[in-house]
Amino acid sequence: MDALDILFSASFWVAAIRIASPLIFATMGELICERAGVLNLGIEGIMTAGAFAGWFTVYAGGDLWTGLVVAALVGALFGLLHATLTVPLGLSQHVVGIGVTLLATSLTYFTYRLLLPEVTSPPKIEPFQPWPVPGLSKIPVVGEALFTQTPLTYLAFLSVAVVAWTLYRTPVGLAVRAAGENPSAVEAQGISVTGIRMGAVVAGSALMALGGAFLTTSAFNSFFFQMINGRGWICIALVVFGSWRPGKALIGAILFAAFDAYQVRLQQISGGIVPYQVFLMMPYALSILALILVARRATYPKALMIPYQKGER
Amino acid sequence: MRLEPKPAPSLAVTLSFPLAAIVTTLVLTSILVLVAGASPLSVFYLVAKGAAGSQFALMETLTRATPLIFTGLAIAVAFRARLWNIGAEAQLYMGGIVTVALGTGALPLPSFILIPVLMIAAMAAGALILLGPAVLKTRFGVDEVVTTLLLNFIVLLFVSMLLDGVLKDPMGLGWPQSQKVIAEAQLPRLIQGKRLHYGFVIAIAAAAVVWVITKKTLLGYEMRAVGHNAEGARFVGIPVNRVLMKTALLSGGLAALAGFSEVSGLKGNLTLDLSPGYGYTGIVVAMLAMLNPLGVVASAIFVAGIFVGADAMSRAAKVPSYIADVMVATSLLTMVVAILLTRFKIRWR
Repeated sequence: MDALDILFSASFWVAAIRIASPLIFATMGELICERAGVLNLGIEGIMTAGAFAGWFTVYAGGDLWTGLVVAALVGALFGLLHATLTVPLGLSQHVVGIGVTLLATSLTYFTYRLLLPEVTSPPKIEPFQPWPVPGLSKIPVVGEALFTQTPLTYLAFLSVAVVAWTLYRTPVGLAVRAAGENPSAVEAQGISVTGIRMGAVVAGSALMALGGAFLTTSAFNSFFFQMINGRGWICIALVVFGSWRPGKALIGAILFAAFDAYQVRLQQISGGIVPYQVFLMMPYALSILALILVARRATYPKALMIPYQKGER
Repeated sequence: MRLEPKPAPSLAVTLSFPLAAIVTTLVLTSILVLVAGASPLSVFYLVAKGAAGSQFALMETLTRATPLIFTGLAIAVAFRARLWNIGAEAQLYMGGIVTVALGTGALPLPSFILIPVLMIAAMAAGALILLGPAVLKTRFGVDEVVTTLLLNFIVLLFVSMLLDGVLKDPMGLGWPQSQKVIAEAQLPRLIQGKRLHYGFVIAIAAAAVVWVITKKTLLGYEMRAVGHNAEGARFVGIPVNRVLMKTALLSGGLAALAGFSEVSGLKGNLTLDLSPGYGYTGIVVAMLAMLNPLGVVASAIFVAGIFVGADAMSRAAKVPSYIADVMVATSLLTMVVAILLTRFKIRWR
């Protein structure tokens, strides 16, 4: 297969959308947090915890949807921890975020070993199956890519619509955006900045956990260590790339996933002339490149990473 | 709820807060131990015994503390200037790469020249890999947290590539590992036949040097000023960007020494598991030490003790050894809260 032919094959785009799905969830989660003024570096650990919680619930006999609910709850709990430390206490969002990532990851591994002490190869579950949408899935390439996915992928796209609508069309969204831009104005309206920010971090973290759960309940059928493998950090880059806008971030996630799917295929046709590690590096390098390209004209939420104290000007 | 600044705390108060953080951590992790079906007291006793209960255990702890002192210093230096270097893992591996690239026979020098050369070269490589994110931060406003994190993955893949290619040991039976460094490039053991090596001594010396730099020099003052308030520092004429660059060079160089000392003092060669996350654990070490270079030595030994002790405990008590990682992560979070409480009073109203 030619390097260009790949771009016109349906299977390539099906894979790209599948790879994008967990990133879309987690990017939306991070976007909500940052829009409210909180950088959430707990993302990598929260995704790990979500991946495990979703998988284990199903493995223990729950159905797949219950698994997702449990994953979201676990994510929300870690979000609550992050929010409590960074919002009312105003602790360094960098340090707390790394701490939450370390804690969530190590707690997950601890729990895994506790529940499955003797396991050498991770047990499998029956994951979500594709739900082809009647009619639409018959459209060549585009239809196949978008409408022969698992229900979670549809949910990921839906989350973008919900986040965008909430942010731009509801009073809550207005308050979230203002909490990230001009918190004292929010307080002047009689709305609690602390409440808005904490709510945003909790909700955002639940979405991140769903992104992790996608990996174990839709993409793969088991949980293994290191499975998030930097996806969380890439989502932080995607938020910047999308200039903190849900639609742009969605496009960024799809482009990124397409690139990721492309490098796998390029790896196959390159026939080992280029070391495979070079291809694996490309997604991370691309994220850095995207940050550089966008950072200059990026308009950060003005109060991002700045703790807010009531009554302070 | 609001936070009110407190007057500067006394030394006794300052020292008691890390202890309070550790006690809180022990209480919180007791819950996990109970869930695992063991008794917390016996588990913590086993951890302490495994970490410091014998000469062998103590030496094992100090050996494990050595790379943590270097990465902890690297983080402490950077965080002081609010340069969020989360890439100590990458810098560590750069140090390892250079040590095997030059130490496996490329430079046939006597030990007393070769070892300093390797150290300097390793530091240069580590400094270089952090310089990129530092330039991106100062010139383009790219947040260094994400770039340094992403570089960890890139550098590890780079190591994997080198170990499949130019640095691959032809006698390694196909394993991705490098050749062993030559005898002249090896740091001697502190005691014949034991694992503890001179890297530990170098680490202590590095902590002393960093302490002098941060407390007694202009650069140290400037770093603190930039970390405290970059705008204010710029206003009083401190060249903020240049200070951040120097901080990055120092921080990256220190983290790279961890890679150098692990290869040259302990493992002898470079493998993909040279570091089980020393770069990330360094963050905890630095925070537990409240970014004080001499405190880093103590907190590195403490954290290393948890890991060494937990391994021993896990075999005896059937509690997963990941409890060590949980304890370390929890102590990071309790410590930042403790530091907050030394500076502020929480007033509910």
